[in-house]
Amino acid sequence: MPVTELAGTGALVRLGLRRDRLLIPVWIAVFVVSAASSAGATADLYPTTASRVAAADSINRSPALVGLYGRIYDPSSLGAVSIIKLGGFGALMVALLSIVAVVRHTRRDEESGRLELLGATAVGRLAPLGAALVVAAVMNLALGAATATGLRAAGLPLDGSLAFGAAWAGVGLAFAAVAAVCAQLTVSARSSIGLASAVLGIVYAVRAMGDAAGANGPRWLSWLSPIGWAQQFRPYAGNRWWVLGITLAFTALVVAAAGMLAAGRDLGGGVLPERAGPARAPSGLRSPEALALRLQRGVLAAWLVGFAALGLLLGSIASSVGDMLTSPAARDFIRTLGGEQGLIDAFLAVELTFAGIFAAAYGIQAASRLRSEEAALRAEPLLAAPVGRLRWAGGHVGVALLGTALLLVTAGLTAGVARAAVTGDAGQAVRLVGAAAAQLPAVWVLVAVTLLLFGWTPRLTVGAWAALVTFILIGEVGPLLDVGQWLLDLSPFSHVPRLPGGEFSAVPLLVLTLVAGALGALGLWGVRRRDLT
Amino acid sequence: MGAAIEVTGLVKDFGRTRALDGLDLTVEVGEVHGFLGPNGSGKTTTLRILLGLVRADAGALRLLGGDPWTEAVDLHRRLAYVPGDVALWPNLTGGETIDLLGRLRGGLDRVRRDELVERFHLDPTRKGRAYSKGNRQKVALVAALASDAELLLLDEPTSGLDPLMESEFRACVAAERSRGRTVLLSSHILGEVEAVCDRVTIIREGRTVETGALAELRHLARTRLEAELADRPPPGLAALDGVQELEIDGTSVRCQVEPGGMDAVLRELATVGVRTLTCAPPSLEELFLGYYGAGDAGDAGD
Ligand SMILES: Nc1ncnc2c1ncn2[C@@H]1O[C@H](COP(=O)(O)OP(=O)(O)OP(=O)(O)O)[C@@H](O)[C@H]1O
Ligand SMILES: [Mg+2]
Repeated sequence: MPVTELAGTGALVRLGLRRDRLLIPVWIAVFVVSAASSAGATADLYPTTASRVAAADSINRSPALVGLYGRIYDPSSLGAVSIIKLGGFGALMVALLSIVAVVRHTRRDEESGRLELLGATAVGRLAPLGAALVVAAVMNLALGAATATGLRAAGLPLDGSLAFGAAWAGVGLAFAAVAAVCAQLTVSARSSIGLASAVLGIVYAVRAMGDAAGANGPRWLSWLSPIGWAQQFRPYAGNRWWVLGITLAFTALVVAAAGMLAAGRDLGGGVLPERAGPARAPSGLRSPEALALRLQRGVLAAWLVGFAALGLLLGSIASSVGDMLTSPAARDFIRTLGGEQGLIDAFLAVELTFAGIFAAAYGIQAASRLRSEEAALRAEPLLAAPVGRLRWAGGHVGVALLGTALLLVTAGLTAGVARAAVTGDAGQAVRLVGAAAAQLPAVWVLVAVTLLLFGWTPRLTVGAWAALVTFILIGEVGPLLDVGQWLLDLSPFSHVPRLPGGEFSAVPLLVLTLVAGALGALGLWGVRRRDLT
Repeated sequence: MGAAIEVTGLVKDFGRTRALDGLDLTVEVGEVHGFLGPNGSGKTTTLRILLGLVRADAGALRLLGGDPWTEAVDLHRRLAYVPGDVALWPNLTGGETIDLLGRLRGGLDRVRRDELVERFHLDPTRKGRAYSKGNRQKVALVAALASDAELLLLDEPTSGLDPLMESEFRACVAAERSRGRTVLLSSHILGEVEAVCDRVTIIREGRTVETGALAELRHLARTRLEAELADRPPPGLAALDGVQELEIDGTSVRCQVEPGGMDAVLRELATVGVRTLTCAPPSLEELFLGYYGAGDAGDAGD
């Protein structure tokens, strides 16, 4: 029976790889470049063993940082120090990529009815799930191999690089399996991704608690988490290959569970029941703007929770940043920054840049809703009613603009409150809200780019993500490679004043806002004049 | 006021494919107008242009006396549309969708809405993603029929409906007409068109091939004739202009007679004496197949 249930998997795998032939290589490149450049940068930053040990010890001594990133198991190893962020945060991103890939090829296809077409052909009922998992496996193995190669090329030892590549691939495989189960449980792609991401968040937090625990605390918690396993693999710090066995066994079990769930349910249905809703619309649902908000509010709420947590975390670990640098030379360096406060500000400024990038990701996602609504033919009934195109587009763009503002203000506020709790200075909250809000004009440029693409080349709306990735690479890798200033200037994030602490200047923010306004207006003009389908 | 819809010489290209190639369409106020044509002939494209979703490349068009592209929002207050592919918001229930679309059009009659929900056996509490094709269609139909629009644009509104719902739909359209509303109905179901339409327009490959009342169209088509004669058929029969597909078997004759040829045929048959005679008007199927198909039969309306 299982053989016929999987009939046609090979053809579906080829179809899936073909559909993702651009997406997968681009993402693998992003991961490899960030890993290799981070290794190179660490080698430049801590050239001597002594400096590495000092840096590693200070991280290991701060429970907040250990909770955030993980523990450095061999302070003298360049590799172990280099990969500390990659092993935690990086693994989180790898897991997210796997989740999106698997849901895209299972529940999303099912939701859109594409699988129904296939279901009628000589394709076994488990074939789509099997094919999605094979595609994810191919992607993760390629990612692992490329990352190992990249780290080796950056000058790290071969065995540790292989172990790290395997650790990332392992996390990817484990979460491909988790996503496969979630795709069986819920009926919409959005909620499948949401459920799998929630599992990922919990698993990350469990690991954080285990890692941060003292000698008598619940350290075993780290062993309950696939992210924990990846770190217990200890690349460049012992390379305990046997831990990979746990990850693979977990993956196999979860895949089997997904298979059983898939075999026992109807196409299009879910295991969790679909609840009935109200027979009448609430009185507020009477405008295109209200509809846009209704369609986007769930996702926005999830992002808000994430940003609030991010702010709290940043605000509370900022105080321990000073502990990290204890050598006399580092102390001098701190003094040039303006003392302890200067160092903390510099740390927060860097982390708020990341918050800006995340907010831009939300903004692109929210504005891209225009395209998915159009492509799914859901724009048609609205535009056939007395709703102008600009109002329809304005609803979703409004959610993107106000949503990003809300996210940044929230992160700034929670970070400020956490700082204020430590310092007793309530002014910190105002200061950090302002600093976070300063990211907004750059974020809006990305929203405007999305709208511009949607207005003129709707099929290339996803290109906004490429723009974001390019800007991130320009900002992160550009300075290391010593590229020209003009290239750095291309990224809107290069023009944001480094706040808090840096010098505030309104001019670049005004210019960015104007650029966003101009690009957005151009985009809306395109929306008004083109055919809508 | 002129016609509800007046379209002449409409042209639309999608890249290299020409979807509309000089289409003409006139729908008078108060009539139910059938809009027919094979798959891909341009019906949906025409409706999208009338809704201002797509811009025409050439041609003149008026909708309710206005320009569909520049005055879209104002015109849409006066019409309701049921798309051929109904897509619903997955998280909104059918009831919420109906209410939203009604309110956007400026409010809907609650009593009428509930009556229609009842009539079409629609469960308004289910989420958009949980509806079957037929039920999605019903959501769009109820939303359109519950509105107070002057003009209904319906693109294959009954595809996916079961026969019971189909007959409810016909009754609804008849009621709309008696209330003086104008309906443009694109359909592949000939029985439906015959039951509810006053006039029809038939298009093929983006061009209008025929338009008129159904009764008139029948006059334009061939009649099937079968006769039992007193003797062998007259030799002149085959040579007559309007006679097609002639079959002779002893003293019995079968043939198809083109419009205008009947007189001559009967005169010829009478010369040998007629025992029995049956004439059948073309069935609707035959009529449309003639218009839809390429080649000789397609010229029937020229
Ligand atoms: N957005 C588009 N891009 C490219 N081609 C299109 C587009 N929309 C329609 N077409 C083409 O225009 C032609 C007319 O299509 P249309 O959908 O209007 O046909 P139709 O009469 O509604 O057919 P059906 O009876 O199958 O619904 C077809 O050849 C179709 O492929
Ligand atoms: Mg159509």
